[in-house]
Amino acid sequence: MANVDRSPNLPANGVSRRTFLEICSIAAAAVGLPASAAAKIATLVQAGRKPSVVWLSLAECTGCTESLLRTSMPALDELILDLISLDYHEALMAPSGELAHSSLRQTMEQNAGSFILVVEGAVQTADGGIYCKIGGETALELLREVADAAGVIVAIGSCASWGGIPSADPNPTGAQGVPHVLPGKTVVTIPGCPPNPYNFLGTVLQYATFGTLPTLDGLGRPKFAFARTIHEHCPRRAHFDAGRFVRRFGDEGHQNGWCLYELGCKGPQTYANCPTRKFGEIGAWPIGIGHPCFGCTEQGLAFRVPLFETVEIQRPTPPDTYPSIASDQGGVSPAATAVAGAVAGAAATAAYLASRKLGDLNDDGAGGEE
Amino acid sequence: MNSHLPRALGGKIVTRPYKLLVGLFALAMLLIAWRMVAGLGATTAMNDGYPFGLWIAFDVVTGTALACGGYAMAILIYVFNKGKYHPLIRPAILTSALGYSIAGFSVAIDVGRPWLIWRVPVYGWRWNFNSALLEVALCIMAYVVVLWIELAPAFLEKWRNAPKPRLASIVGKTADRLDRLLPWIVALGVLLPTMHQSSLGTMMLLAGDKLHPLWNTPLLPLEFLVGCILMGYGAVTIESCLGSLLFKRRPETAMLAKLSFAAAVTLWLFVLIRLTDLIVRDQTEAMFAGDLYSTMLWLELCLLLIPGIAYFWPGVRTKIRHLFSGAVLVVLAGAIYRFDTYLVGYNPGNNWSYFPAVPEQLVTLGLVAFEVAAYVLIVKRFPILAGHSRAETA
Repeated sequence: MANVDRSPNLPANGVSRRTFLEICSIAAAAVGLPASAAAKIATLVQAGRKPSVVWLSLAECTGCTESLLRTSMPALDELILDLISLDYHEALMAPSGELAHSSLRQTMEQNAGSFILVVEGAVQTADGGIYCKIGGETALELLREVADAAGVIVAIGSCASWGGIPSADPNPTGAQGVPHVLPGKTVVTIPGCPPNPYNFLGTVLQYATFGTLPTLDGLGRPKFAFARTIHEHCPRRAHFDAGRFVRRFGDEGHQNGWCLYELGCKGPQTYANCPTRKFGEIGAWPIGIGHPCFGCTEQGLAFRVPLFETVEIQRPTPPDTYPSIASDQGGVSPAATAVAGAVAGAAATAAYLASRKLGDLNDDGAGGEE
Repeated sequence: MNSHLPRALGGKIVTRPYKLLVGLFALAMLLIAWRMVAGLGATTAMNDGYPFGLWIAFDVVTGTALACGGYAMAILIYVFNKGKYHPLIRPAILTSALGYSIAGFSVAIDVGRPWLIWRVPVYGWRWNFNSALLEVALCIMAYVVVLWIELAPAFLEKWRNAPKPRLASIVGKTADRLDRLLPWIVALGVLLPTMHQSSLGTMMLLAGDKLHPLWNTPLLPLEFLVGCILMGYGAVTIESCLGSLLFKRRPETAMLAKLSFAAAVTLWLFVLIRLTDLIVRDQTEAMFAGDLYSTMLWLELCLLLIPGIAYFWPGVRTKIRHLFSGAVLVVLAGAIYRFDTYLVGYNPGNNWSYFPAVPEQLVTLGLVAFEVAAYVLIVKRFPILAGHSRAETA
């Protein structure tokens, strides 16, 4: 797999240069990289300096890989393989057994300190990690070994990020997320079940192109994708603000696309860019097809809080867009009436005095001269 | 008439009452500065239900009606060709110019974004020609300019005698040119108030059901127009009386007595329109409902009917004191009518209420004080009031 020639064999894949640049642009835009980054990515890829990637599959379902491959853009799966040099991936690589293992060793030696380690799946830590073994080693040992040589570590999917479904109660195998197993190391987490492939691709391409990582939050999640809750940009948000809720599947509100909060939507507590980035590129994400968000990116929600249980609104934002149902309706202050009364009284007195004085003036014009 | 040309009163400007007026104005300016920094919500009692308040109901709607003396006198003098009233026109135009300028200023501090108000006359390509508010805005802006041009001869007469010969010659040429232009300016000065005073009524007609049926009538624009002429005559009378009192001039009793006839005709026209409209629209039940609204209606009508009947009493119109009292009642009735239409009879629903806050009231008071102070200053320094005017000889 670690072949010398890494230049993309585009014509063989039936991809025009235009389409290729389009893909680079999409990948760059996904992480908020400037438009010029697309050209830079394309140049680097064509020069054969594709980032070397080692993909470890631990306690997982291969859903993350599937989501990466089953995208709807034409030939995107192949382009992913062209934009990065996927040197070790158990599900996708041709070799197996000892041959595969030697490929891993070779990549680690050749790209020590610079290759990208992607981990898919949770790490089982109970009983010394005996519940997952690869090539005679426990997954735990293998991960620590590869991570020591890696340039950057990316945990893809909720399992690798914080444990995911293998860590669901009662968690007999002690499944944990990668950051938990590798304390002290920077681990970029791309949670989601499955995660959005663009969030992953953008992160990896930024590292390969600029040598930097996107800004991360406290849980290692790229802020470009995980800084806001689904609720904040939800396409059904107007219905939430107006109090129009779906009460049961198939009712009038459901047919009209109202808010799914009362069906147990976890959008208000789930940090992810699904509403803006969409999912699987065709807008097919839970809320988009009429199902409440189940909070797949959140450790405290997915596989823990029952599907139809409602969550608290933790960040009611932005408050100034709520209709003002309790704004100041006006009233009469004692001081205001006092001032008004004083002014009116003074005016009335002045008018009366003026009329009295006018009565004293002689209408024949004998009033005082200047 | 020419023997009674207007001349400056002269005399000391800064007196103790003058200092009080300037003090009130200074306080108002401080409060306006606060309004600019803190915003309308912090300084006024206006709310989402009542987005307009005292500054609009008094300073603009009532204030411009009180400032309609110039308009009302122009109708009488230039349209009905009653030249004998000429001594009253200049002070009336001065009051109008000051009143309309204050009204324009009040709108500028009342709108949410005062720093953009210059766009109203400038952004002609964005005008909505179906907007009554735009018409009022443009008309008032134009009328302020027209009024000061109408008043310009008073200033030019003084400056053309300036000691500097160069200035005097420039002023002289301008004055000559202005003389030729003046008929057109005067015509504009009659047209513009006719347009925007009726549009002030149109605006509350647009409020629809929010306005109480006693005031909500298709004749609202007509009532506002007749009402402003009526208030204009009242204001001219009051102004002349107070002028006699304050500046110790001879009261213009005979002229004001004749003017009161014009006022009485306008008054009865207004009352007739009002009552006919209420009866035709079948509002007799609301008229006698005994609630706040019917009380306010009868207050308006009674305040009008007292002078309306008294004006035809021979003894009344010969006494300056009664002419003054009658004018006060007329102006009060007109002001209440306008307050009723804009605030009392206006109900935006669901518990909204409005009573002007202290800063709002003090700003209005300060602006009125400024108006009085400016009037006193100008009549003392510029030829506004007719000298030794004896109306009988006119």
